[in-house]
Formats: sequence, C-alpha cells, structure tokens
Amino acid sequence: MPKEKIKRRSFLNLLLGGGTVAWLASVLFPVFKYMKPPEIPEAVQSQVTACTLAELQSTEQNYKTFKFGRKLGIVVLLPDGSIRAYEATCTHLDCTIQYRPDLNILWCACHNGQYDMTGRNIAGPPPRPLEQWVIHHDKASDNIFVSKEEEA
Amino acid sequence: MNQVNGVGGRLYKWIDERVKIQAFVDYMAHKSVPKHRHSIWYYFGGISLFFFIIQVATGILLLLYYRPGADTAYESVKFIITKVEFGWLIRAIHSWSANLMILAAFIHMFSVYFTKAYRRPRELTWLTGVGLLGLAMFFGFSGYLLPWNELAFFATKVGTGMVGALPFVGDFFLNLMRGSSEVTGATITRFFGWHVAILPALFTVVLTVHLILVQRQGMSEPVDWDAKKPSEKTVMPFFPNFILRDLLLWLIALNVLAILAVFFPYGVGPFHWLLGVKADPFVPPPPVIRPEWYFMFAFQTLKMLPATVMHIEGELIGIFGFGLGGIFWTLVPFFDRKTRHGQKGRLFVIIGLAAVIFILVMTILGYILE
Amino acid sequence: MQRLIPVTAVFVLILGLCFSIISSAQDNCLDCHTDWEDGENSPTQKWTYDIHNQVGLTCADCHGGDPTLDDMDDVRNSKGYRGLPSTAQIPQFCGRCHSDATYMKKFNPALPVDQVAKYITSRHGVLLGTGDDKVATCISCHSAHNTSPASSPMSSVYPLNLPAVCSGCHSDAEYMAEYGIPTDQYEKFASSVHGHALLVNEDIGAPACNDCHGNHGAVPPGVENISAVCGSCHAKVASLFADSPHRAAFEENGFPQCETCHSNHDIIKPLDNMVGTEQNSFCIECHSEDDGNKGFETASVISTLLDSLVRSEQNAIEVIDEAEIKGMEIDDERFALKDVRSSLVESRSLVHSFSLDEIRPELEKGIALADVTRINGLGIIDNYFFRRKGLGISTVIITLLAVIIWIKIRRIERQPRNRA
Repeated sequence: MPKEKIKRRSFLNLLLGGGTVAWLASVLFPVFKYMKPPEIPEAVQSQVTACTLAELQSTEQNYKTFKFGRKLGIVVLLPDGSIRAYEATCTHLDCTIQYRPDLNILWCACHNGQYDMTGRNIAGPPPRPLEQWVIHHDKASDNIFVSKEEEA
Repeated sequence: MNQVNGVGGRLYKWIDERVKIQAFVDYMAHKSVPKHRHSIWYYFGGISLFFFIIQVATGILLLLYYRPGADTAYESVKFIITKVEFGWLIRAIHSWSANLMILAAFIHMFSVYFTKAYRRPRELTWLTGVGLLGLAMFFGFSGYLLPWNELAFFATKVGTGMVGALPFVGDFFLNLMRGSSEVTGATITRFFGWHVAILPALFTVVLTVHLILVQRQGMSEPVDWDAKKPSEKTVMPFFPNFILRDLLLWLIALNVLAILAVFFPYGVGPFHWLLGVKADPFVPPPPVIRPEWYFMFAFQTLKMLPATVMHIEGELIGIFGFGLGGIFWTLVPFFDRKTRHGQKGRLFVIIGLAAVIFILVMTILGYILE
Repeated sequence: MQRLIPVTAVFVLILGLCFSIISSAQDNCLDCHTDWEDGENSPTQKWTYDIHNQVGLTCADCHGGDPTLDDMDDVRNSKGYRGLPSTAQIPQFCGRCHSDATYMKKFNPALPVDQVAKYITSRHGVLLGTGDDKVATCISCHSAHNTSPASSPMSSVYPLNLPAVCSGCHSDAEYMAEYGIPTDQYEKFASSVHGHALLVNEDIGAPACNDCHGNHGAVPPGVENISAVCGSCHAKVASLFADSPHRAAFEENGFPQCETCHSNHDIIKPLDNMVGTEQNSFCIECHSEDDGNKGFETASVISTLLDSLVRSEQNAIEVIDEAEIKGMEIDDERFALKDVRSSLVESRSLVHSFSLDEIRPELEKGIALADVTRINGLGIIDNYFFRRKGLGISTVIITLLAVIIWIKIRRIERQPRNRA
C-alpha cells in the first residue's frame, strides 16, 4: 500500500475515534445530568422546611408563609410559644390568610373569614376548615419542618 | 484480521485465546448479504433493533424517578419532565423511539411479507418476528397508561374494555388485565410490571431467537434468484460492509430521534403524548378518546361495525375477525405453498395488499372521522 | 293448675290497668285530623318532620285544649283551647313559648328568645301593628307545621332557599302594588355577584336577603348603616373607606356609602374602570379636572397604575404560559404570579382609601414583581432555545460521524479483496 494511502487511512481512523468520543460525550452528558438528583429529590413531597424558629420570631405579626409542593402554607407562633402550621389558602375564594395575634385567629382579609387556632372556620363565609399540618421543630438546626400527616 | 499489532490486536488475541472468537469472526466475514434493488428493506429490522436498544436505555433511566401508583405516577412523570435535568429529553426520546420502533417493525414485517422472505426455511424467523411485533404493541399499550393522565386513562379503559366483550372469558381477562374491575391504581402496578419486567424478559428471549435465526440462515434472497447461478448473484460482505451501513443508518436514526425529541418533545400529529391533566375517574371523558396510532385501524373498525350482526354483537365479531386474521397472518408461511416451491404466489401478494390498504384506510378514517 | 288461676288473674288485671293508663294519656288530635285531612300539605302530614314534633311537643302545646277528649266539640270547649290564630295573633301565638327564656331552655338553651321583640320593630311588624294583615308573620317564612331550624337544608329559611321565600311576596307586583316599592330585587340579586355565588355556586357563605336586611327585624338598611352592613364581610374595605376623605363628603351629600358606586341588589363584580377619569368611571360624576381639589388627578393616577399592574400581570402570565407550553419548569414563577395576584387584590381593596400614598406602594410592588417574573420567564424561554443549540452541537457530531463512516464504507468497497 502506498504510504500516502496509509496516512490518509490513519487520519480517517483518528477522525472516527475522535468522532466516537465526541458522540459518546454528547450522549453521556445528558445522561449523567439526568442521573444527578434534582434539588427537590422527590416528586411527591411529604415534608418541607418552613423556616427557622428565629426567622419566625423576628416577624412582626408572628407568622410566615411558605411553599409546600404546589400549596401555600402558613406557620404561626402562638402567644404561648407553640408553633402551628396550616394550609394558607382560604377555603372561601382562595385568598391568602394571615394570623392576627391581636384576635388570636387566622384571618382572611377578603371577606372577613375567620378560623380558630385548630383551623376551624368560626365566622364569615369560609365553608370548610383549614387543613392543619404537623410541625416538628428541630432544636439543633432551628428548622421548623412541616408535614401533612403524623408519622405512623 | 490476523495481524497482531497494537493494543487492539493484542487485546483481540487475548480474548481469542480464551473464548475462541476467531471462528465467529471468520463466519461473519464469509457471510454475505444479497445486493439487489430491494436491498434497502434489509435495514428495517436493524432499525427496529436500534430503537429497541434506545427504549431499553431510556426506559432504565426513566425508572430512576418513575413511581407507579395512582398517587405518584402522574406526579413523578411531571417531576421528570419539569424538575429533572434533561428529563424532558429522556421522556421525549422514549416516546418517540417507541412509536418509531413500531413503525419500523411494521415496515420490516410488510417488506418481509412482500419479498416472501418468510418462505422455507425461514418460517420460524417469521413466527418470532410476528411475536416480537405483538410484544412491542403490548409494550406500547402498557406503557401508554403509566403517566396516569386523562388521555391514557380513558384510552386504557376503552382498550381493556374490548377484552371484556369476549364471551365467557371476558370478565376473567378483563380482571386479569386491569387488576380490578375498573382501571385503577391496581392497573398501574400491573401494567408497570408487564412493561418493565414481564415483557422485556419475553422480548429478550424471542429477540435472541430471532437474531440467531437471522444469523444462522443469512439474509433471504429474492424469489427470482432461486433460478440464478451463484456467479450471477451480486452480494456484499456482511462484515464490515453491511454492518457499517447499518451503523450509518443507526446514526442517522439517532439524529432524527434527537431532532424530533427536541423540536416536538410531546409529539406531533397522531404521535403525541402531552402529559395534560391527571387521570380522574370521576370526570367525564374527553370528547376525543383515541388509542395509539397503531391500534387505530382496529379501533376504527370496531367502531364502524354495526351494533349487532345476525343477533351477535358487532364488536364481538370484530374482535373474533381480528383474532382469525392475526392467526392467518402468523401462519402465512405454512399456507403459501407456491412460493415455497419457487413459484410466484400471486394470491398472497393480493392478500397482503388488501391488508395494507385496509389498515391505511381505517387508520386515516379513524383520524378524519373523530 | 289451680295455683295458676290467681296468678293469671293478677297478670290480666295489671295488663288492663296499663292499657287504660296508656289510652287515657293518648293524644286524640291526630286520630281525627289524620282521617279528615289528606294531601301532602295538610298540617298532620307535614307535622312528621316538624322540629316541634321532633322535640316531643304535641298539637295541644300550641293550639291548646285537652287532647285526651274524644269529642271535638268537647275539645273546643276545654280549658286553654286556642285553635287557629288570626294573622295579627301569630307573633304572640309563637312568642308564647319562643319569648319565654325559662321555657325555651328546656329545649334549646342556645336559641335566642328575642324574635318577637325584633319583629315588632321590623317593617313587617310595624305594618301588622297598624292592622295590615298582608305582611309577613312568623309562618310566612318559617311555614307552619313543618318548621325546621334555619341550619337544616330542608328549611324554608336555609340560605339557599330564603331568597325564593322573600321573593314570594316581594317579586309579586300585584301583591306589593299598594306599598309602592320596587319588585325587581330578586331579579337583580340573582344577577349580582352575591346572587351568583349563593344561587348558582351554592356558597352559603354568600349573603342572602337576611344577611343585609336582618331576619326578624327586617328593615331596609339606612343610608348611614350601609357601610356597617357591607363591612361585616368586607371588613378591610369598609375600614379603609371609613378613614378616607370620602366618608365625610358622602355623609355631607347624603350619599349611601358603598351603594353609591356599587349599587345594592345588583352588585356586579367590581371592574377596574370604575375608578379613573374615563367615561365609565364613577369618580368623574363628582370630580372634574378643575374642581379645585386633587380628586381628579388622584383618580387618574390610581387608574393608570392599576391598569399597568393588570397589564404587567397579563404579560407575565403570557410569558409563563408560553414557557409552560414549551415544557419548561415554571413552578416558581407560577408561585410568584400568585403573589402578583394577591398584590392586585390588595391594591383593588386599597382603592377604597382613595389615597395615593396608601395605594402606590402596593401597586408598585405588584408591578415590580410581575416584571421580575416576566423576565424570569423570558430567561426560561431562552433556556428552551439553548436546548436547540445543544441539539445543534450533537447533530453536528453525529452527522460528522456518519460522514466518516460513509467514507470508510466507500474506501473498504474500493479495496479489491472486499469487493464481491
């Protein structure tokens, strides 16, 4: 075989090798990216961190809203220092409720809907109670964890 | 192939000393593929195989995040396509490749049918091939439900409901398929089991037999070659010529797949798999319930049959008819005696054409009339 | 055998005694009246489900007389027989028990006992006092003989049923002719935001007639207490209005507070163009460009900012929708849009302060948030197109590889030893 031909052939093989490597990279890149767990590692979340107790204490009205999956939650610091968490969407027309420390109720400003501290609708138009969630305060990290059901 | 030079050569020798690979390579090197104007059809089996490999790879990746169950299936698919990096791509490729695999397999089957490649001694190859297509369609059917969205829910309800129309055994099979009398979370678990365990196992076994048969028997020659002398036959070596061509085609298929997945992640036209809303058994079904395109001809035929034909339920006759047709189609190598003896069997060409026209017309009607 | 005779005799005696005691205590009213009356609307038929029956009261407890007597004429002449009350007598007829706190405690200690006292002050009660017997009394609303508590969906005064009861008289133009008041309230109410919520959505939190007009003391709310009535639900808006300059101005001119802009029975969902200086706005009915105060200008600024928030929200939603259609992750943006929406709701209620200082920060906050969300959305859409660049790169690589393989095939086939 003439030398030139061999040269061209080895160049072609080099290209083939390089192309294969580049191709593998372009396939493996998305695959590895895919396998890396996302920030929120689960599709169906059973627990979230609402905030830290310190953050809650520093609020003016003793409450803070947070995101729980696709829902909005409210975590409330009661006068006796206990913490409670509820779904924060009024059962009447989807306004966001707030905590009123002066009345010790959960209050919806839209139509004066009122809930007591168990989430029961006590006055105004709300037709149903608010869902109350389970909280767990981790003393070490000061985080307030919220979950929907009591762990069995 | 015998030069022992470079790392590759030494590695080859090392392996050959242990597993006697040389005989296999020699066999491959002497194997040849007939070259004629219908050679193009030889590639569709390989393309189907390529899409199957893609299905296995992306399917395994999807398993990392998918969770079967009525409360989690939809959520986890949504999670995959919105939260996981490149998750949208993996799902889009899985969906596209599934459809293209069945399309390629259909083309493969009809090309084999019309070139009469099923004739002796390849009856078993044909049988396993038909089996593979059946399994692939069952794959599609079981996979369609897994995202647990509205469209899939009602399509599965209608699809499994047809089984329930069978006399005597209908209820039994309906329950067997659904895992309960209705399409519920139990159905997902069941379909998931079929989709990721039972079907892959069966498919792998049948596919292995199919491929071994193809390798042992070589590519089928056209019918009119039977009369030719060996010197008149044009062939190309299986390795590397045919394999490289196969590889080239696979790369093109991959390119097409990637482009389709990026530009139409939720499909286009009759190929579509928008996630939409979660399945809810208590809402009325959407105005258009349709199965996947490869079931459309059967779906449309059953829809067009009269309610009763001579006191027998029309749907039942349809299902029965398709059953008989399927059995006939599967056993065609044993019916087509003429071709087996090297003569041209016109009758079976006409039957095949009728089948193709029927499927095309019914599929098109299915999409027009809805 | 002989020993059994006295035992049997005693047994029969006791049985007979029991029977005579039961029969003497029995209520004979229903025996005759059930025979006489038929049809679903007869008092004896309806009585089965009446709350008074269910707590153990009998006919005689209201109508008086001795129910143990067999002869009806004897009953009529017996002690305490009250029979059928005239319309004018009905309030006192019911009030005999319902105004007696001591008596009512036996049945329902939580039930108020002031109904009659309130009724006398109502428009109905006042007219009844003047001898008009066309007006509503207790039984007009509560019915007689199948009375249920207002909390029962079976009751004629359950919120969903009440508007029909009131309109039974108030929508009857002929019946109402002599009073000279409109008869289209029900029609208007049904078309209003409240009527839609109550009658169509069956939201019993929405006000029925009595929630604004009162129950037993029903009167049309006066000009001065409309804001109190509306404010019982719309608390925030009412307090904003009370602190606004409009309060004094409205009082001075005798404008009913909420009603001036929102009307009464046919209150529609408020529109953003109610505020501003455009043709449909209410502001220009009093304010003009050169009336010497800032009203016109304020209205114009509020309207402009409100429009701009609505538009910013709309733009953001469009961008996010587009990103969603492209299959991108937009959860956080949707969440931010909720905040934009609540900012808009808050701004709309803050309009009732009629003070730019109060409204402007909320509106600007909302607009800023909407704009940030829109920009984030655009970034997400950019990312979508970035995917295509990635695809472009991998397509080039794959195509290159394909071309190399093609060349390789050509080369192999040109070599004689591989040729067929």
